[in-house]
Amino acid sequence: MNDEETMDLRLHVWRQKDSKSPGKMVTYRANGISPDMSFLEMLDVVNEELVTAGKPPIAFDHDCREGICGMCSLVINGVPHGPQQGTTACQLHMRHFRHGDEITIEPWRARAFPVIRDLVVDRRSLDRVLQAGGYVSVNTGSAPDANAIPVPQDNAEAAFDAAACIGCGACVAACPNASASLFVAAKAQQLSLLPQGQPEREKRAIHMVEAMDREGFGGCTNHYECEAVCPKGIPVRYIADLNRDFLRSALTSREVKPLPPAVDAEE
Amino acid sequence: MELDGKVPSGPIESLWDDHRFDMKLINPANKRKYRIIVVGSGLAGASAAATLGELGYNVDCFCFQDSPRRAHSVAAQGGINAAKNYQNDGDSVRRLFFDTVKGGDFRSREANVYRLAQISNKIIDQCAAQGVPFAREYGGLLDNRSFGGAQVSRTFYARGQTGQQLLLGAYGALNRQIAAGTVRMHSRVELLDLVLVDGHAKGIITRHLVSGRIARWAANAVVLATGGYGNIFYLSTNAMGCNVTATYRAYRKGAFFANPCFTQIHPTCIPVAGEHQSKLTLMSESLRNDGRIWVPKAVGDGRAAADIPEEERDYYLERKYPAFGNLSPRDISSRAAKEVCDEGRGVGKLGRGVYLDFADAIGRLGEDVIRQRYGNLFDMYEKITGENPYRVPMRIYPASHYTMGGLWVDYNLQSTIPGLHVIGEANFSDHGANRLGASALMQGLADGYFVIADTVAHYIASNPGDVPDTDAAEFREAEQDVRDRIQKLLDVDGSRSVDSFHRELGAIMWEYCGMSRNAEGLQKAIGMIGELRERFWREVSITGENEEFNVSLEKGGRVADFLEFGEVLCYDALNRDESCGAHFREEHQTPDGEAKRNDEAYAYVAAWEFKGVGQKPELHKEPLKFEHVQLATRSYK
Repeated sequence: MNDEETMDLRLHVWRQKDSKSPGKMVTYRANGISPDMSFLEMLDVVNEELVTAGKPPIAFDHDCREGICGMCSLVINGVPHGPQQGTTACQLHMRHFRHGDEITIEPWRARAFPVIRDLVVDRRSLDRVLQAGGYVSVNTGSAPDANAIPVPQDNAEAAFDAAACIGCGACVAACPNASASLFVAAKAQQLSLLPQGQPEREKRAIHMVEAMDREGFGGCTNHYECEAVCPKGIPVRYIADLNRDFLRSALTSREVKPLPPAVDAEE
Repeated sequence: MELDGKVPSGPIESLWDDHRFDMKLINPANKRKYRIIVVGSGLAGASAAATLGELGYNVDCFCFQDSPRRAHSVAAQGGINAAKNYQNDGDSVRRLFFDTVKGGDFRSREANVYRLAQISNKIIDQCAAQGVPFAREYGGLLDNRSFGGAQVSRTFYARGQTGQQLLLGAYGALNRQIAAGTVRMHSRVELLDLVLVDGHAKGIITRHLVSGRIARWAANAVVLATGGYGNIFYLSTNAMGCNVTATYRAYRKGAFFANPCFTQIHPTCIPVAGEHQSKLTLMSESLRNDGRIWVPKAVGDGRAAADIPEEERDYYLERKYPAFGNLSPRDISSRAAKEVCDEGRGVGKLGRGVYLDFADAIGRLGEDVIRQRYGNLFDMYEKITGENPYRVPMRIYPASHYTMGGLWVDYNLQSTIPGLHVIGEANFSDHGANRLGASALMQGLADGYFVIADTVAHYIASNPGDVPDTDAAEFREAEQDVRDRIQKLLDVDGSRSVDSFHRELGAIMWEYCGMSRNAEGLQKAIGMIGELRERFWREVSITGENEEFNVSLEKGGRVADFLEFGEVLCYDALNRDESCGAHFREEHQTPDGEAKRNDEAYAYVAAWEFKGVGQKPELHKEPLKFEHVQLATRSYK
């Protein structure tokens, strides 16, 4: 690749040694960056230089690097996952930046996502919300034939649209209230749209919403920032659907017993 | 030593049923007295942990990711096979069994594969009941598509993210058990050693990736579901964190490693764009249903794809394999791509790519249908390459994707260490020398949901006893070994990054032990790996300390294991002096470049026993008998 095609950038990156230490923005140079690199590959280049110089690399979460595991979690220039709509940070490519750009990189910020180190946050709160009821209770081996329960194609498609959520938490990071409503709604509505999810529908809505509150996520006040940054394009209408399920459950006379809070196994 | 797969005798159709009857059970009230460790939370691990929890065992499940939902099964795109025959196109358990044995080029164990085909149907039932949003027909019933290596449509799918949807199903089941208190989930925790007590696997030593805390865990049995080792090539479609450490550590403790040289190179990945490349992205094989693969006929044809007229294009798969065409199995398609690129007919900036062209399909079906089928894959391609595949053909090239080899297991999925069970990609059992598309998800879930609970129960019932005390000498020694090794890594204090060593190892493996191999190259590679390993321990730079979130320490340990394991892989490839499935030895090919298998000499599973770092491991053989599928030359012409 010739020199004209590469770019030099200045990065302002949040560095924080651990959850107890204070953090600060630190500036780095990223030189000779190819437009074909992914954003994370650009960070790899910076880290390679840091490590070679005996300095601790910038910690950031990432794994599949193909936009599906939901691990990457960078706020780039103030936007979760960066400027490219419908794209996780790992799939954002440097061709969307220009030579000389200044780029700020920060972690997801929310009370329910404490910083672990640098750009890495603890998102187990999302797991705990799902443990409160984000599933269909079916023991292994007890299922009827898969075609015994037909599902109208439209419903199956709508359920899939919700199920496409990768659990990254960008919706929380974008929301002024740090609400996880879009995440919770996507998970609950996937099942509400399917016959398999009906028996536990009411209980699920109540338990998941309670768990969300318990974990310190805020409530939804219709900013729609979540939809704008969702890398999978999950629409906010699922939140309205969840609210309907929640209300209906709250209004039914049947008592829904609260679940004990989930506890993590270690630390 | 000749290894015994402990396949029960009897008619293959009722083997598993009969065996389940013969195995011991544990009374429901007694299950809660037992503890089981499950390492890994992908399809195999999550489904196993959930199922064992449902049955009442106490389960400890571990994953290195921040959430079990992120295990690399999540990235599987295409689909999951089952012998439902919903399409009425002639499918059956026997045909799925046959296709899988044949697709594996006759290097898998018949009885295991038959069981897999039988269980396949129950998996679809289970997942549909969990609310997995499979693709459906207008009438509301499940849709299927066809996949490489089969002439029936038996693949169930959920757009291009079947893996994520199946994993979310298993993760839901796991969450339910976590809430019920039967499963304790340990995320961001990595296995660093296995603990044996009286020769049985009774525990593990882990490191917490955030705090660095080293911990001991004891149980009645251990299940490894830690995936494959495809990242040994550095560039692969695996997630960045995928590693061999768990299975390799078990191998060092005495578990045999089987057929490590059977590594699958997937034909349809986005080509390397430059030196910075950190991983490669798969484009689902399902694209080959509608895409046509071609390169220019002329060497060095630099014209844009659109400027190359039809008669100057070589649709080489359709030409060479008319019956299967673009749906030829993965190993064959990959080698064919390498061949045309070696001839100088490759496309793209670096010349390592072939076209996957949808122009005909778009002309025939319209852009909307193609968008509906593959929309997310096309979007992903455009994000990565900056090219619009609705307008210009995709460029693809093979990349390391899956590893058929793994820890040797018997019919009960137990390794050569009693009590150590291995499931999913981490074991070697079902795919022989080549895995067919949409079969990995099937195997992971078959093992996890439907096999392991019965066989672990049998092991525990046959070896009852208390969970050992983690203060026992075996645990303390294993922990000390782990601590010493971490200290050794931190003490090197060199100036080269872990990644730079990994990249160098990957280049050696890809060059000499990749898509095609020969004896001379493999011997050379073994020398180079040993030399690289020595340099690693002199020159690597691992900053920081153990008691913190330390990415270079994490990676350092994993790459150190790859640097030992690479030799095992090469020794196996060297020993297997035949071409079969994904293992192509240049010395053994027909005049037109097809693989030549040697059933007389190599119809066996090669299982390797650790003999020391840098030492040649000892070979043990499990002879393979083919009683239900006739050994034949695999032909897709």
